[in-house]
Amino acid sequence: MSGFFWWGIFPYICGTILVVAAVYRIVFRGISWHAPSTEIFEKKWLRVGSLLFHWGIIFAFFGHVMGVLIPISVYEAMGVSDHMYHVFAIAGGGAAGLMVVLGLIVLLIRKMTNPKVSVHASFADYFTVIWLLLVAGLGTYMTIIYNTTVVAYEYRVSIGPWFRSLFTLQPDIQLMEGVPFLFQLHVIFSFILFAAIPFTQLVHMFSFPVRYPARAPQQYRSRDGYKNSRP
Amino acid sequence: MRIKAQVAMVMHLDKCIGCHTCSVTCKNTWTNRPGMEYVWYNNVETRPGPGYPKEWENTDRYKGGWTLRNGQLHLKAGGPVSKLANIFYNPNMASMDDFYEPWTYDFEHLHKSPKKDNIPVARPVSMITGKYIDKPEWGSNWDDDLAGGSEIVPMDPNVQKLQEHIALEYEKTFMMYLPRICEHCLNPSCVASCPSGALYKRDEDGIVLVDQDSCRGWRFCMNGCPYHKVYYNWNTHKAEKCNFCYPRTEAGLPTVCSETCVGRIRYIGVVLYDADKVKEAASVEDPKDLYEAQLSVFLDPNDPEVIEKAREAGINDSWIKSAQESPIYKMAMKWKIALPLHPEYRTLPMVWYVPPLSPIMNHITNEQELSVEGYIPAVDQMRIPMEYLASILSADDTSVIRRVLLKMAAMRVHMRAKTVGGIDEMKKSQLLKEAHTTVEELEDMARLLGVAKYNERFVIPTGRREMDDDLHYRYGACSIEELAPPEGMVTYPYGRSENG
Repeated sequence: MSGFFWWGIFPYICGTILVVAAVYRIVFRGISWHAPSTEIFEKKWLRVGSLLFHWGIIFAFFGHVMGVLIPISVYEAMGVSDHMYHVFAIAGGGAAGLMVVLGLIVLLIRKMTNPKVSVHASFADYFTVIWLLLVAGLGTYMTIIYNTTVVAYEYRVSIGPWFRSLFTLQPDIQLMEGVPFLFQLHVIFSFILFAAIPFTQLVHMFSFPVRYPARAPQQYRSRDGYKNSRP
Repeated sequence: MRIKAQVAMVMHLDKCIGCHTCSVTCKNTWTNRPGMEYVWYNNVETRPGPGYPKEWENTDRYKGGWTLRNGQLHLKAGGPVSKLANIFYNPNMASMDDFYEPWTYDFEHLHKSPKKDNIPVARPVSMITGKYIDKPEWGSNWDDDLAGGSEIVPMDPNVQKLQEHIALEYEKTFMMYLPRICEHCLNPSCVASCPSGALYKRDEDGIVLVDQDSCRGWRFCMNGCPYHKVYYNWNTHKAEKCNFCYPRTEAGLPTVCSETCVGRIRYIGVVLYDADKVKEAASVEDPKDLYEAQLSVFLDPNDPEVIEKAREAGINDSWIKSAQESPIYKMAMKWKIALPLHPEYRTLPMVWYVPPLSPIMNHITNEQELSVEGYIPAVDQMRIPMEYLASILSADDTSVIRRVLLKMAAMRVHMRAKTVGGIDEMKKSQLLKEAHTTVEELEDMARLLGVAKYNERFVIPTGRREMDDDLHYRYGACSIEELAPPEGMVTYPYGRSENG
């Protein structure tokens, strides 16, 4: 029964909160949609923390795409053996995870100790960093310690298909029943993080300016056109 | 030809007394809000000095403006792709220490302090952290009037560039004031630096603005602007900048800084330019040619062909008339006495400066037997080194500065001869020849610079609201027009009869 909630209902609750709250924020609180940088207050530690964290989480994201979104059959078709995959996943994922964790620790200490930064840090800011640290810490522990000391857990036949089944609205709850507790916890914490995105500064990831390189360098807007472009 | 109109400003530095009235009135109008305490859209710097923020002219450090590579214009801090790669941390951005940590004073303590042996004092309190600052070490005008002298002056990048050692002995020191606002450039590098496309140049009047709804706070504009005139509001996490007081200029009023300038140093007017020529003008090889290249972009508002083309481009007659009477056109393009600030940044700035002349007059000793030609060496040996002015206003080309200063000196000499007398014939003098000017022109200049009537200093057409076609409709329209049900629809509540 609890399995049905956590693997069949809970992800949808979190997904719904993410979509509804994000749409609400961009429509009714659009002015608050930004990347709230504190670089103006402190640069030295931000350089270490922010670069480690951001590049680490980008690598980690693609690692999750490889492990969770891409079916194991694709690897089999490409002739990648399980051993090869796990060596690569543990090394690459472990490095990315360490970057994220280290970066977050630097950012958290900076947030707490630099007076200019800490005085303007909100609950949401702390929640973001601490929760990310929790999720990333679990993930990194699983990747580096659990996978090498207990068993190189094959999530590509359990968590992967279950996650993909969420998108078909036919969640295959059975798949998650036998998953080790640490992995289950990582998944649940991640979904809580997804649900928290629209309430935190994390929304800025959806604003990554991908169109910038393609646009004309100089922008002209006419006051008339500007006015008419508004609803 | 793609004609656009631009509102522009000239500041006559000769008349600036460094009173900071412009800064204070601007501050009170625009930046007296949380997140903007450290921001001065308008600031007045004492030069030589590091300015605000410190060393803003050090383009090697902040990487502002444009640079030419293989004949192509590139953002000095890197193009879009490298910006996206650096989006997590901007190495070139100034931090608050380069501006200053704003503070107020604990005034309340003065009347709440219990009786003590010593007089209570109002200690400085940081407006960022709310904590006491034991010892403020830098502020927006910390080095006002050369305060800090030999420690502070060498921080000026223009001073570092000068070959000769600048004497800091008391009797040889020089200084000038440099009031600065956003340049509202024709080729703004802040606009090109914005990943979100939030910064834009207004079609109607060329004012560069930040769209607060689109700004995501990526901060590349901050150091993308070589003049450091785009600021980060740490409270709203958006960029904000001088908006040329557009609510005032649209109503035909001068900006607050200009309106309140006690020295009447500021002039505002419209110029017409060909937007198609901007890129070419910004891309000339030799930085010393940039000034002339920039001048070539502007169009003569009295030329019938230009007038016709301007009308076709939707510029109405009141704007064309303003362009014809524009003090900016006279000073910057016709008389060529106003120069762009750091043309070598290749942004084609639109706030122009008449270089200061005053200190040379101390140089003239034999005033009793003064000849017109005596002013020529005086200009050449003036107290503010010509190289210093050239470093700020003409990409190190001293001949441009010399010509302007000679013209300004000639104007003084001529007006002195006219009103006081005691000076020989101006018309045939070498001074007039070297200054490339005529007596008539000098008299026109003296009127605009010296008499400086309000209506001649500020020739500002109102915003082109008459081109909004629905103004008359809106005048009589219902304020809930778009919310209200369409006309003719039965709106009485359900269940209520038409008779009742």
